[in-house]
Amino acid sequence: MIIKLLLVAGLAAAAFLLLRGKRSPLGLLMRRSLALGAILLGILAVLFPGLVTEAANAVGVGRGTDLVLYVLCVTFLFVTIAQTLRITALNDRMVELARRQALLEAELHERENSF
Amino acid sequence: MSTTFTKEHDPVLARAAVVIPMFNEAAVIVDVVRTVRERFGRVVCVDDGSSDESPVLARAAGATVVRHPVNLGQGAALETGIRRALSDPEIQYVVTFDADGQHSVEDAAAMVRVAVENDVQVVLGSRFLGSMAGATGHRKALLQMAVRFTRATTGLKVTDAHNGLRVLRRDAARRLSFRLHGMSHASEVLSVIAKQRWTYVEHPTTVTYTDYSRAKGQPGYNALNIVFDLALNRLRAAS
Repeated sequence: MIIKLLLVAGLAAAAFLLLRGKRSPLGLLMRRSLALGAILLGILAVLFPGLVTEAANAVGVGRGTDLVLYVLCVTFLFVTIAQTLRITALNDRMVELARRQALLEAELHERENSF
Repeated sequence: MSTTFTKEHDPVLARAAVVIPMFNEAAVIVDVVRTVRERFGRVVCVDDGSSDESPVLARAAGATVVRHPVNLGQGAALETGIRRALSDPEIQYVVTFDADGQHSVEDAAAMVRVAVENDVQVVLGSRFLGSMAGATGHRKALLQMAVRFTRATTGLKVTDAHNGLRVLRRDAARRLSFRLHGMSHASEVLSVIAKQRWTYVEHPTTVTYTDYSRAKGQPGYNALNIVFDLALNRLRAAS
């Protein structure tokens, strides 16, 4: 079944993102394109609900709502991993920033006391 | 830095700085700093966002204190302390030391001498070559498991994996930068030693577990968090 291939590929890609994910201009372009695509597909699905079921049948899923659920699950995983990577990167910067502030403050304190 | 070396200090130890990360250690920090100051020329306490009087007490006891504005983790505190210590060009060795009083200053002094005599970049304290008074049976079993895990993953023939007492020569200390800011840094040090092929020896140490240190210590299941951290860090580093 096509849907099995698609879902396994999606989950494998999520694992790859978790392990090797780096913020790159290509990644940014992909995120923006996917967001734009999701909005357009969403509008289409609202206007023509029958399309979702047709798409589901085409990949071997019985109901359109099931397909939407599967896609939602994989998307959620991607978003979560991307956010985790982003927060980790921000935390690294915060640590370095706080460290420099702490070292500077300690130096100031010492200078004040030596005069 | 303004601290002057007193004459009674061993010249080797006068050129060594002891870095002590601390987080709410007001109950014990004065004794720890005083004891260390008796042997070492410089003590750098890094306060990792304590809400008690730890930084004031440590400063009064004779330590140089660096205060993190917020809690950043023990690994981050060590790195800050090391950087502070190395800002003095006189310092040739950096000793990492726990704030809870479980380490012995005599061990630390002996380890610096071992580093000088053997001309190695790192000296690691080992409880399994030495002793650990007051440790529970399951704590020892957990530590043994950590050792086996470390040996298997890094290839280092170490006998202890998570001892906070270490000596780093200036060149090694300068190159140490943690990707893991929390408690997993101890394993990260070992993987850096393995990867960069630093020269090291182990030295027996006596660790005294008190009610205080047991209460401050990590829960046993945190070992699994460390395994996750290390696995992810290694897989990500491979890319």
